[in-house]
Amino acid sequence: MSPLEFRVAIRDAIAEEMERDDSVVFFGEDVAAPGGVFMATPGLLERFGEGRVFDTPISELALSGAAYGAAVTGLRPVFEIMFGDFMALAMDSLVNQAAKYWYISNEQGSVPLVVRSAVGAGGRFGAIHSQNHGTWFQGIPGLKVVFPSSPAEAKGLLKGAIRDPNPVVFLEHKRLYSVKGEAPPDGEVIALGRARVARSGGDLTIVTAGKGVQDALAAAEQLAADGLDAEVVDLRTLRPLDVPTVLDSVAKTNRLLAVEEGPRTGGWAAGVLGAVAEAALHDLDDTWIIATDETPVPYSPSLEDAFLPDTAAIVESVRSRLGAGAA
Amino acid sequence: MNLVPNYSARCSSRAPGTQASACCKRLLSWPGAVARGKTASEGSRSRRGEERPVGEPERSAMSDVELAPGAERGEADGSAEGQTAGAGTAAPLDDPARFVAAFERMVLIREFEQEIHRLFLKGEVHGTTHLSAGQEAVPVGVCLALEPDDYVAGTYRGHGHALAKGTDPETLAAEMLGRATGVCGGRAGSMNVIDLEHGLVGCFGIVGGSIAAATGAALTAKHNGHVAAAFFGDGATNQGYFHECLNFARVLDLPAVFVCENNFYGEFTPMQKVTAGANIAGRAEPFGIPARVVDGNDLFAVVEAAGEAVERARSGGGPTLLECQTYRHYGHSKSDPAKYRPAEEVERWKARDPLPIARERLLEAGIEQDAIAAVEEATRRDLAEAVEAALAAPYPDRRVEATEFAP
Repeated sequence: MSPLEFRVAIRDAIAEEMERDDSVVFFGEDVAAPGGVFMATPGLLERFGEGRVFDTPISELALSGAAYGAAVTGLRPVFEIMFGDFMALAMDSLVNQAAKYWYISNEQGSVPLVVRSAVGAGGRFGAIHSQNHGTWFQGIPGLKVVFPSSPAEAKGLLKGAIRDPNPVVFLEHKRLYSVKGEAPPDGEVIALGRARVARSGGDLTIVTAGKGVQDALAAAEQLAADGLDAEVVDLRTLRPLDVPTVLDSVAKTNRLLAVEEGPRTGGWAAGVLGAVAEAALHDLDDTWIIATDETPVPYSPSLEDAFLPDTAAIVESVRSRLGAGAA
Repeated sequence: MNLVPNYSARCSSRAPGTQASACCKRLLSWPGAVARGKTASEGSRSRRGEERPVGEPERSAMSDVELAPGAERGEADGSAEGQTAGAGTAAPLDDPARFVAAFERMVLIREFEQEIHRLFLKGEVHGTTHLSAGQEAVPVGVCLALEPDDYVAGTYRGHGHALAKGTDPETLAAEMLGRATGVCGGRAGSMNVIDLEHGLVGCFGIVGGSIAAATGAALTAKHNGHVAAAFFGDGATNQGYFHECLNFARVLDLPAVFVCENNFYGEFTPMQKVTAGANIAGRAEPFGIPARVVDGNDLFAVVEAAGEAVERARSGGGPTLLECQTYRHYGHSKSDPAKYRPAEEVERWKARDPLPIARERLLEAGIEQDAIAAVEEATRRDLAEAVEAALAAPYPDRRVEATEFAP
């Protein structure tokens, strides 16, 4: 199979779901005629027409609120909030309306919408175009938060998100857009809520999501040269959080490292460690977190590189924590 | 397009024990709108224009923008009074039975709010609640102009929005009481009522949220031929939602009707103190959206203006803003005695109570006094029965299988 680029995987997932279901519509700022600032969605307007694919004003409140109103009346909107940082503006209707609808309506109706955004640091975009908003939404019952790690995963998870009857916050790491990987089997849909073991190993569990999975996989190869066999768990969704898959892994490895691109305080990694400690303290010999500094994302390359957990940081942390011959 | 709403299956398959007994069938017969309202009567509009006081500022260039004296001075002076005199003859009374039904629905809302007030004082309604007594003509008039399948988004002062769109008063009362038979099973409460079966996509605790919800419903409506209406207060016109959504709805030509219930107070603060220009209808002009100031205490004026707006939306003419001037009889919420409102202002507005105005119009149209009295009496009796049934209903059990996500 020919390799699939992450941005093409996103476009293909939307196109295939629009082809399959007339009620799917796609809109956002600069997504239709321009094809998106990360060129993830060119061609959709030409293929499906302006009734279903359209550019909107720069009005995140209206976009997000309108997606919600459309979703409860029969459409399945997929919309883009260009950078995750802008989700602060889109938050009200997602948190206060969409997330609560199924439950407080006494299950009269659900809100099948997907909001996609480019997230993450490393692109020299500075403090307000580099954040991961997953944890802003992780504590909201009723929302699903998806953070794919590869082109194949992005395609299957986005198709799963569009078919999901619940509101889904979909994070696309901007440093993954140009990554190429093996294409998934035709028509593969990944249902939301199950983590996956991206690499098997018996000495250490590294749990992460999004681009962190690529970093962890690369780190695991380097650690294997040291004789340490790491298992990499790709969470896929931050809510719901698939704790059982992590527990299964920790039962085998007895060591848990969580790698999060974001601050430790209030991050998802602390929640994973807490859940594992609560359920399986007896399985744990060691557990720790690699996160970013507790500062905004800095701009200068030297500052930003030092701020981010990357492959080298993971390898170095494991070696210093466990010793070179930990296995 | 295949636009089967995703809620249709759920409406008929609610959890056992959550259906109201519907003891008073008569109150369920209001269809929200039996038939579409007639379109505008030019005579009515121009007559109101002539009543503007001397020295009124120059009218906006947009011919559709009608500014009432109160709006231009930005005062809650009961100025809509001037609009009413002599306007009765232009009422679109093509079908008196529809207006009797609308009057009945207004009586129902008034009685409902008074019951909720009483039940709150007894401790049966919890937390807080926001009563809409005094504002009945706006939701009833707008919903009379809508079709039953059209969409409505309401506010936290939303009991009237729900009842006007057709929500069963027994299930609404049960919701206020936190009972299992509530329209949302007791999960939503007073501020957040949802009734998809009747096209009420929600009532929103965030000021302005209804504007965005209706804008989105209008995206769907553009595909299926329906119309979406948003109710919101004067305070919401200072939210980003208002400005973003009016623009959004215009550039996409959405079939939306934006209905501002201007009751001249955003919570405890006078509208004109916090609203630059104090001219809500005028805010539509830069967007190229037709707007009108409407006497929101006159059912007939609301029906006429809403009918024109709904017709415009349904025929592809895009959105309309209606500034319906009205007044709430109670404070903002249950903790608010509304001492910030001058007594004479309250008295002026109460003298313009929408119920006597509607009753007077029905009499003028030849409906017998006895028939009107019978409607009022029957509505009170039926509502009392509905509230009694709601009070007899059980509190919901915590369902262990209840989940945050739809399956």
